[in-house]
Amino acid sequence: MIENIKSFLGSFFVTGDPMIYGADASIALATIGIVFYLTYFKKWKWLWDEWLTTVDHKKIGIMYIIAAILMLFRGGVDALLMRAQLIIPNNTFLTSQHYNEIFTTHGTIMIFFMAMPFIFGLMNIAIPLQIGARDVAFPFLNAVSFWLFFLAAMLFNISFVIGGSPDAGWTSYAPLAGLKLDPGVGENYYLVALQISGIGTLATGVNFLVTIFKMRAPGMTLFKMPMFTWSTLVTSIIIIFAFPVLTIALALMSIDRLFGAHFFTIEAGGSPMMWANLFWIWGHPEVYIVLIPVLGIFSEVISTFAHKTLFGYKAMVWSMIAISVLSFTTWLHHFFTMGNTAWVNSFFSVSTMIIAIPTGVKIFNWLFTLNKGRIEFTTAMLWALAFIPNFTIGGITGVMLSLAPADYQYHNSYFLIAHFHNVLIAGTVFGVFAGLHYWWPKMFGHVLNERLGKWAFWVFMISYNICFLPMYFIGLMGMTRRMYTFPSGLGWEPLNLVITLGAFGMGVGFLIMVWMIVYSAKYGKRDTTGDPWNGRTLEWATSSPAPEYNFAHIPQVETVDAFAHMKEKGTAGNIYKAPFQAIHMPNDTGIPFILSVFFFIAGFGLVFEWYWMAIPGTIGIIVSMIVRSFKDHEDHHHIPAEEVEQTERAAGRLS
Amino acid sequence: METTNHTPIEYSTEEGSNKILGFWVFLGAEIVLFSALFSVYLVLHSHTAGGPTSKDLFEVKEFMIETFLLLISSFTCGLGTIELRRHNVKGLVAWLVVTLLLGLGFIGMELNEFITYVTVEHATLQTSAFLSGFFVLVGTHGAHVSFGIVWMICVIIQLLRRGVTPVTARKAFIIGLYWHFLDVVWIFIFTAVYLTGLVL
Ligand code: HEM
Ligand SMILES: [Cu+2]
Repeated sequence: MIENIKSFLGSFFVTGDPMIYGADASIALATIGIVFYLTYFKKWKWLWDEWLTTVDHKKIGIMYIIAAILMLFRGGVDALLMRAQLIIPNNTFLTSQHYNEIFTTHGTIMIFFMAMPFIFGLMNIAIPLQIGARDVAFPFLNAVSFWLFFLAAMLFNISFVIGGSPDAGWTSYAPLAGLKLDPGVGENYYLVALQISGIGTLATGVNFLVTIFKMRAPGMTLFKMPMFTWSTLVTSIIIIFAFPVLTIALALMSIDRLFGAHFFTIEAGGSPMMWANLFWIWGHPEVYIVLIPVLGIFSEVISTFAHKTLFGYKAMVWSMIAISVLSFTTWLHHFFTMGNTAWVNSFFSVSTMIIAIPTGVKIFNWLFTLNKGRIEFTTAMLWALAFIPNFTIGGITGVMLSLAPADYQYHNSYFLIAHFHNVLIAGTVFGVFAGLHYWWPKMFGHVLNERLGKWAFWVFMISYNICFLPMYFIGLMGMTRRMYTFPSGLGWEPLNLVITLGAFGMGVGFLIMVWMIVYSAKYGKRDTTGDPWNGRTLEWATSSPAPEYNFAHIPQVETVDAFAHMKEKGTAGNIYKAPFQAIHMPNDTGIPFILSVFFFIAGFGLVFEWYWMAIPGTIGIIVSMIVRSFKDHEDHHHIPAEEVEQTERAAGRLS
Repeated sequence: METTNHTPIEYSTEEGSNKILGFWVFLGAEIVLFSALFSVYLVLHSHTAGGPTSKDLFEVKEFMIETFLLLISSFTCGLGTIELRRHNVKGLVAWLVVTLLLGLGFIGMELNEFITYVTVEHATLQTSAFLSGFFVLVGTHGAHVSFGIVWMICVIIQLLRRGVTPVTARKAFIIGLYWHFLDVVWIFIFTAVYLTGLVL
């Protein structure tokens, strides 16, 4: 009996690696610390009432961003471990298996649990405010999306201490990721966790599409919407068309692994290459899902801090729409080398290059917006300005990769690694940092410290170039991706050393940023006006942080840059003018959280193929949905007019 | 009775009309989901790996009856929507119950078909890529119908308890959309899987 338990625990928990024991200890300590803090300061009820049950888009946005920053830390530690291994030739810091697990979790976490949630967080904060709405169209569903993401992220993250991490890369190619070549629970974690968070993402896409179509303030026609709203609309449409394909790909591979089907196996007629097709039919649109929203953020930031209306508004919109359509026509460029015919490769080569045209249009529009603008170099603006040249490098090397014959040379080398980090970091990461600085006052009522922000910017941005520019060259010298060590004597030593130093420099930049957040919470300049940047769009018309109901009166929109226009006309005060009326708001509810916990339980059961756990978990999911169905008849309440008046008075908006 | 120039009750609140639009959008995503499954199935159709082929398996009589059950259920579900517009709870619930029974009949037949394949023909999910594709495509549709049955029961109970309100009307309308959608998917399965499978 004891022996049985011992051997079970030995395979359940990952054992034998001192680093993992260190992680076990720190996870245990952190958990005990949090439980102690919540109990000692009697915060459990607060946690439940204010956060776990909230349907307020602003709070959900904050939770998304906190989770994304934690995941950026986790993914960043993975990156530093990889680079520590590659600092010198023949290093033995990580074994090959450990390296495989780390690049897999790094890539997966960065894309699914850092980039997307960070963006969804900013969308949640800004979109309802930008369009003058009181919340998103489906606040309940919004909470479901968040909790599904969050618990899926937790499920994925425990893999490295319980059962073992996935190790077939973030692309999880068949047949490598199939049961034959990759037994164990690692890949199951990948499949199940992404499936769960994918459901949440699809719901977010539907939610924001309907929100933007139906909840805009009166007068705000589609072509008077702020650019971030446009970019969110376009992104939602891409999500709706792309994510179901991922759902299917993951489901089929799960069925292969758990029930012995033959979709992607080598034997019994399976087609491993079909995985590559399905994965990238979702995967290429996915890169635009994490790019297009930040293009919207850059547009907002650049126009605000150049103090000008965005140049070429219509061209910006149409180029985004063009990119979104083209994004579905290029997936095959990820496997030019898998033996397609020349005509197929040529088609996808050309379709990929065409995307450079609308992208170039946008770059020029930003440059023309800056032209003759009165530029204010805030930290948010620095991130946006740095985006332009750095992203352009990634874009140009992307066009190089799109040339199918040349790709036979670049494919799966460090050249590729450099390219996609150049677009993902200079695009997505710079973008969410810009957005974070820009909307921080709206979220928390104070401005982030500019001096520390600029330090973090310069350290991070310069280190980023030190890290990734040399990768292009080492790639051309022959170093391939996913290589856990390299021999000496190939002349790769100096560049690898530089790359690793750059990576650690970025780590320092991140730490400065964390310090900046902590410091600003205490000493940051309070935003008493609600409009710290002399903003142009409606989110700046209400107080900071925005009240629960967002706007005491729904604003009337006449032009693009609606708030700038109101300030010129002197009508900006109309949204908080007495008398007030009662405001209709959705009720808080614990169901989204509970539902997602059941998803976690069912998911964990599936990972280990413990059906005694997966089946009750699934029943829990269905019961939660039925309960919701019976309870949603009265799920709204009214905020009385007096309370609105008090809130506005407390925000200093009434004399 | 509502006349045509009034807003139907399920659209009468902002919430109702938002949710209906949201559901249409969701059905768009479902179309993509099924398209992916159809493509996978069609690619794998000839990958029988020495196991039974579609010609060996499919029985015209069986799938014709399944098809009729589902098509008629779509029709009765539509009749329910007409009663909904008349605010006639009894008529609506009656038609929904008929729909539900037809749906159960469909599911019963489909299960029977699957069980026959597995036990009599030894054609299982694990036999070949073709059969993996078949069971998962048709099974996903069947799972949708089963889910729809549970959901419809919930809606019926709420209608009986509360009568036709903007909320219950919206729910009845949306389950109707869902049901018709599954019917459309079945037509594609009927053509691309069964009919094509008999000749190719
Ligand atoms: C913080 C700085 C970062 C550093 C130093 C870094 C470094 C690396 C390294 C060394 C690799 C693996 C190279 C190999 O194949 O051996 C890698 C892979 C990857 N990174 Fe990053 N990275 C960073 C940030 C990011 C971000 C922000 C994202 C996405 C938003 C990202 C996405 C990926 C992906 C998708 C892979 C491929 C994983 C795979 O091969 O399956 N990385 N990164
Ligand atoms: Cu691509």
